[in-house]
Amino acid sequence: MRRAVIAFTAFLGALFILLASPAWAEGESLRGTLQNQGQPVNGVKISVTSGDGQPVGEATSDAEGKWEVPVPAAGSYKVTLDQATLPAGTVLKFKDRATLTVQVFEGNYRNVLFALASGDAAGGATEPDSGGSRSAFWTRVAQLAFEGLSLGLIIALGALGISLIFGTTGLTNFAHGELLTVGAFIAFVLNTTVGLHLLIATPLAVIIAAGFGYGQERFFWGPLRNRKTGLVSMMIISIGVAMFLRYLLLFLFGGENVPYEQYVAQDGIELGPIFTTPKSLIAMGIEIAVLIAVGLALTFTRLGKATRAVSDNPALAASSGINVDRIVRIVWAMGAAVAGLAGIMLGTTQILNFQMGQQILLLMFAGVTLGGLGTAFGALVGSLVVGMFVQISTIWIAPELKTVGALAVLILVLLVRPQGILGRRERIG
Amino acid sequence: MDWTLIFIRAVEAGIGTEAVIYGLAAIGLNIHFGYTGLLNFGQAGFLAVGAYGVATTVATFGLPFWLGIAVGLAAAVLFALLLGIPTLRLRADYLAIVTIAAAEIVRLVVRSVALQDTFGGTDGLEAFSDDFYGMNIYAPGSYDIGPIGFDHRTMWVLTVGWVLVAIACTVVYLVMKSPWGRVLKAIREDEDAVRSLGKNVFSYKMQALVFGGVIGALAGFLFALSRAATQPDLFSTELTFFAYTVLILGGAARVLGPVLGAVVFWCLLILVKTGMEEAVNHQVITFITVNQVGSINYMLVGLGLILLLIYRPQGILGDKREIALDAR
Repeated sequence: MRRAVIAFTAFLGALFILLASPAWAEGESLRGTLQNQGQPVNGVKISVTSGDGQPVGEATSDAEGKWEVPVPAAGSYKVTLDQATLPAGTVLKFKDRATLTVQVFEGNYRNVLFALASGDAAGGATEPDSGGSRSAFWTRVAQLAFEGLSLGLIIALGALGISLIFGTTGLTNFAHGELLTVGAFIAFVLNTTVGLHLLIATPLAVIIAAGFGYGQERFFWGPLRNRKTGLVSMMIISIGVAMFLRYLLLFLFGGENVPYEQYVAQDGIELGPIFTTPKSLIAMGIEIAVLIAVGLALTFTRLGKATRAVSDNPALAASSGINVDRIVRIVWAMGAAVAGLAGIMLGTTQILNFQMGQQILLLMFAGVTLGGLGTAFGALVGSLVVGMFVQISTIWIAPELKTVGALAVLILVLLVRPQGILGRRERIG
Repeated sequence: MDWTLIFIRAVEAGIGTEAVIYGLAAIGLNIHFGYTGLLNFGQAGFLAVGAYGVATTVATFGLPFWLGIAVGLAAAVLFALLLGIPTLRLRADYLAIVTIAAAEIVRLVVRSVALQDTFGGTDGLEAFSDDFYGMNIYAPGSYDIGPIGFDHRTMWVLTVGWVLVAIACTVVYLVMKSPWGRVLKAIREDEDAVRSLGKNVFSYKMQALVFGGVIGALAGFLFALSRAATQPDLFSTELTFFAYTVLILGGAARVLGPVLGAVVFWCLLILVKTGMEEAVNHQVITFITVNQVGSINYMLVGLGLILLLIYRPQGILGDKREIALDAR
């Protein structure tokens, strides 16, 4: 065990030394990233004045939607977005919030958020007639359902690993979100530091992520289980692992959103009522293909059958000649690989920062619980439902509260059907 | 490098507001996790409802301070009931997931733009602590013992805080010696055995959840009042996991475990943090910046939590036989 911990620490230490090269901004400044539906918005003018109206500076958002205005000292500043410079089809979500007053603290930068939305530049407030608004409503539902599917697929990739790991070892892994983040950042290093094209970096990163998962099980979780460490104990250990990995990534890469080199901004395309980008479609295609492949493998291959057998009853599986330890290691490698892929897809289509995995972890848990803890196919169905629900619920609730809705539903489902949609009825109390 | 400064900071943190707040939060967690075996990962939510209970009542609605305290306590009780009803019949891992989700719900709701007029959005609330500081028994000035000192406001927070810690510890000690407390410990050891004795396990667990949650709300009051402001992102999941580290470090299922844990935890954390900052500022360590010291600190907490649970799950004071880590 001691050896295992040393090996694990040494591995992380090596990672740490290899990659230590981040740049942190010094001094006070105001900054932000302008995005509309996950796409950066370029060329928007932002001006900053001090509290008493003296102009401080101006900036224009770059190709990644980023802008930054350094300010001379801590204090209160007014930030104004020039609505005339917004590209056609993009408007401020709240018309009266073009000027924001924000506080900048000593030695800190302050992120300023302007919520953007797609809409009519002429004002957006003009309500079409009832027939028109009805079709507009369904267009919006279609758009949100599509975005929900896109989110649901990413959640499903992560949830699959959580569910299989839980099924085979009983561990509820709170560090699974970090497997997404680690995968995404391995691809980031291969993509930016090493300079590989994202299409080459992605499969390599997935393989490295699989190795990371395998190593975690081989040198950390496996030895812990052999020591007869309790499950509750391991759950809390997984939180320690999550915290360690998350802040290691913050240490290495800083706290801001970073982009991959390729596929940053793409022109949108329209498919019927749905507005999207080619990269989202390709990402969804890859995700669906991977999910189907994993599903088929679980159902038809010997390895898949063995995995399900271990998931069902480890002791019985072992006594019928299945090497349980080997299966568990394969499950970890596969779970980490799939999670890494999910992280890269999330990084390409939406955000890439050290918290991305943690932010999606609870949604993955919601998907897994909804589908039934420990059932792989339940996790798929549950995740898709959660993804759709999160996005479609924004019709009625504020977008910032969409996660709240999903989590509240998770709690309600536990009241009514604690075993989830596809879970077996068994005593879980 | 200024070693005196480093040690003064460390000692001040060990007896200062952070230690008191995390100590109280961990005492509440000790009732949940240490004594009853409930894996509550949402202690931050209890602190948040306490803090926002008092802040919203006073700052938003302009009502008296003591009513705010009552609202905060009532909100904590309500939160515990809402949390307990769906989950206390379920397995430990479900409870963990639901509590962490519920705490996040609280944080996301209070930071939302839609409710900004009530809860102040991401900037939070301020101007609710005047009545509290109005009761200050210390005259304005600085109170020093040797090089270690606090101003009169901090002294007042610390006095109230340590008195609350003492009261909470006494109550926990008395309660856990009583038949009621023995039932809680029995639930931790073997729930079915307790059920077969005719005890209503669900009700006992619920009472434990409420009890620990209310102590968490007290920590929330102190958190808000000591800063004279409250922001939603103070109550992220990290707060809960820091409290777990404090509890496990000191020793779960021990009356003084959380208190000792909080003192040692903050002393060590600030010792390392200030030490590293000083080392960076004096070019002793050159390959990191001051900003990165924060993330190293979090990494150390994570690593500490892992190593504690592997090598010494009973912490400083605990008894290995009394730790609820091997439950199903």
